[in-house]
Amino acid sequence: MNWFYFSSPSTFYGLAGRLAPWFFVAAALLAAWGLYLGLLVAPTDAQQGEVYRVIFIHVPTAWMSMFLYFVMACYCGLSLVFNTRLSAMMARAIAPTGALMTFLALWTGAFWGRPTWGTYWVWDARLTSELVLLFLYFGYMALANAFEDPRRGDRAAALLALIGVVNLPIIYFSVQWWNTLHQGSSVSFKGTSMHVTMLTGMLVMSASAWMYAIGATLVRVRSVILERERRTAWVRSLGAA
Amino acid sequence: MTDTAARPQAEGSFAAGFSWAMARDLTLAWRHPDEAVLTVAFFALVASLFPLGIGAEPQLLARIGPGVIWVGALLAAFLALPGLFATDYADGSLEQMTLSPHPALGWAAGKVAAHWIVSGLPLTLLSPLIGLQYGLAPDTLGIQALSLLIGTPVLSLLGGACAALALGARGGGMLLALLALPLFVPVLIFGAGAAEAQATGMSPAPHLSLLGAGLIASLVGLPFAIGTAVRIAVD
Amino acid sequence: MTIWWKSWSDFWAMGGQAFFVWMSFGALLVAIVVEMLSLRLRRKRALDAIEEERDLETEN
Repeated sequence: MNWFYFSSPSTFYGLAGRLAPWFFVAAALLAAWGLYLGLLVAPTDAQQGEVYRVIFIHVPTAWMSMFLYFVMACYCGLSLVFNTRLSAMMARAIAPTGALMTFLALWTGAFWGRPTWGTYWVWDARLTSELVLLFLYFGYMALANAFEDPRRGDRAAALLALIGVVNLPIIYFSVQWWNTLHQGSSVSFKGTSMHVTMLTGMLVMSASAWMYAIGATLVRVRSVILERERRTAWVRSLGAA
Repeated sequence: MTDTAARPQAEGSFAAGFSWAMARDLTLAWRHPDEAVLTVAFFALVASLFPLGIGAEPQLLARIGPGVIWVGALLAAFLALPGLFATDYADGSLEQMTLSPHPALGWAAGKVAAHWIVSGLPLTLLSPLIGLQYGLAPDTLGIQALSLLIGTPVLSLLGGACAALALGARGGGMLLALLALPLFVPVLIFGAGAAEAQATGMSPAPHLSLLGAGLIASLVGLPFAIGTAVRIAVD
Repeated sequence: MTIWWKSWSDFWAMGGQAFFVWMSFGALLVAIVVEMLSLRLRRKRALDAIEEERDLETEN
């Protein structure tokens, strides 16, 4: 299989269009299953009561917020080193969904924190570094769109994204490095401290968030390709047919 | 003979590029000292506004002093950023630097060093004076100055990278604020944390060593990033 | 796999913490709707821009 075949925007445009619906279908099915487990089947948490059910959104979106930034930074690195057009477009397409996930993680965290910690917000390391992540996404999008020449926006924003990667280990390890209000991870390789239904629900919701993010990115990258390749012959022939 | 004589200059080096760019920017700053003076004046002014707004209760001032001084230093460092590359970009001398035989790493680091000497260093030296106004204890003053000494170069490096990235972009100052201020946040936390730990009788060492780690990481990675960003801008 | 709740009103009440739970799940719903609309709008704009350019060309 020739991977370079799909690295051309014109062929990837078609591929993304064919794949995106399947990812959305997978996301919807997984979300239905995950929400069924999380909202209807899973028992109450003995300490926190029902509010712990926020975990089924909070943890998946928080994971995705970091993972999407990592993937975006990888595409940025590719676009800087190999000067490939499609990877820069993919990075641009990921950023809004990543920002949305970050926002949801912060928002649900606030509504989880209020009944359990007694406050919507604390300036602890985990929360602060996640907020910085949100601003990194905003900065990336603003910088990418701040130039007349989109290729320059690609490259400048890619460099910014790569500098911001430093923030990822800070978010991830903040609960271990600092004594914070935010609880440590309840999922580890040694075993978990959670009820099995809760864990299944959380993992299913995470898979759903992942599929959703891929679907949204593929749909958005099609628009990015159309915007950028507006003057090429293949885009011209697209609507005329 | 002429060939061998010309070669060392044509090859260029990190040290030569560094000292050349730093000397150039320092000379420029010396000829037009208004910007450096404004930075320091801004810092002193911001730090003096807080007691007027919050109230001059000694205990309260000693409590907020380290944080206020750090926020003032951060804002002052930010204000000095647009001048770091923008004028050289506008008059074409930045493009000349990328064409010079010296590696980008050298002159980029040199320019940032000059920026720090003009903005960060005076603030560090001035900080004990401001700290006295806030009634900080002598040992806290020392830790405060030390944290600024380690932290302000990080601000200059991070800010320099953002300023280089934003060259020629629409939305100038606001864009620069959106890029730079979030990146400044960790420096602010550990910098202010060091003096606060000292003031409350805890050890400032963890904060200072994290700041130091940040400084080393920035020194290793950011001059290269700044050089790349300038390349992107003049391409 | 038995349902945890005794009744629908139990479910909606969420043990007295309905506000926090539904603010979170509601935000998820709103976020997805907003993103879907923005994706559709962006595609429409991109296609419009192409159309516009093609019209300009045929006029000339």
